[in-house]
Amino acid sequence: MSHFKDTGHLLRFAALFVIAFVMFLVIRHFVVPKTFGEYGHYRGAAIAEIAAKPVKFAGHETCETCHADILSIKAPGKHANVNCEACHGPLAKHADDPSITPPKLDTAVLCIRCHAASAAKPKGFPQVDADQHSGGVPCETCHQPHSPAISAGGAK
Amino acid sequence: MLPAAAIAWKYVLAGTPEESPNYTMTDHWWSMLIDIPKCIGCGNCVRACAAENDVPEGHFRTWVERYHVTDYDMVNPQVISPDGGKEGFPTVAEDAGKYFFVPKMCNHCADSPCTQVCPVGATFVAPDGVVLVDQTYCLGCAYCVQACPYGCRYIHPEKRVADKCTLCYHRITKGLTTACVENCPTGARQLADLKNPNDPIHAFLKTHHVQVLKPQMATGAKVFYNELDGSVR
Repeated sequence: MSHFKDTGHLLRFAALFVIAFVMFLVIRHFVVPKTFGEYGHYRGAAIAEIAAKPVKFAGHETCETCHADILSIKAPGKHANVNCEACHGPLAKHADDPSITPPKLDTAVLCIRCHAASAAKPKGFPQVDADQHSGGVPCETCHQPHSPAISAGGAK
Repeated sequence: MLPAAAIAWKYVLAGTPEESPNYTMTDHWWSMLIDIPKCIGCGNCVRACAAENDVPEGHFRTWVERYHVTDYDMVNPQVISPDGGKEGFPTVAEDAGKYFFVPKMCNHCADSPCTQVCPVGATFVAPDGVVLVDQTYCLGCAYCVQACPYGCRYIHPEKRVADKCTLCYHRITKGLTTACVENCPTGARQLADLKNPNDPIHAFLKTHHVQVLKPQMATGAKVFYNELDGSVR
């Protein structure tokens, strides 16, 4: 018994450790998010939160559900694989509510973004110097943007 | 919700409604294919990304660089990226040396340095291979911004937290493609799912000279570049 006569201070110290550890567990329970560690060292619920953001570009499949007529014009032409919103801009709001009309487009800006002649572009890509090519006449006078070959018909 | 419905409708029309997207993370391992010879430097991807993701002015989740490799100095190309290529590039009259465009974005590395340095577990590789930031958990210490060898992260000027390409996670989980892929007029970008055996990426990787950026860093980068020039850093 004499070996343990001065152990009181050790036990009190150990009790402090136990209390601190229990407090740590209690605080941790409230502070660490519920889904932390679900898949790894991060908050699992964050994945669903990021996935829930609204979409701005509706995607060409969405456009085609209503605008199948345009799809049939595009399909045989050079612009068959240029998706609708690449020129028309983000239109998910229009897709949700067709009464919201898309903004009018300016071919003087849009066509030249891709087709301005530059030696830096891949050689096979159709490019024109707009001033020499048309002398300021708007592109859609001759080229129909949905199917740009002149044989496919003019403005529409 | 309509875009997701349209995607599902496509499968119903094709007679395979059971294949319509019902997203399970572990069924996917996302990557991106960038076909350098197809890129014309129009900047559509940069604008689309900014519109889709509300990217703050002066910061980029994706951007385009134009390389000019001259015949007398093959290893030190001139690289420009005016405003990230958002409004395209200045035209070039004289065809001297070699020009090409390199679209850049988060490489969604499998062993990403950025997620390893996060002190709080706010950035991570999701089970489908997309590197994401939990912005409610991020402290904004910017360790990850420094750690990314590709310079793909930035501190959001208003939220003061790390921000980066999410591979349009809110789109790909609905069956849509990313904003940059949707708006690329030449098909220079392709979203690819390495876990999908029917994805055309597998045939492409077998038959083309495909590289990743900075392979020596062993980041497990998943943005594959077709016909990447050796001068690209």
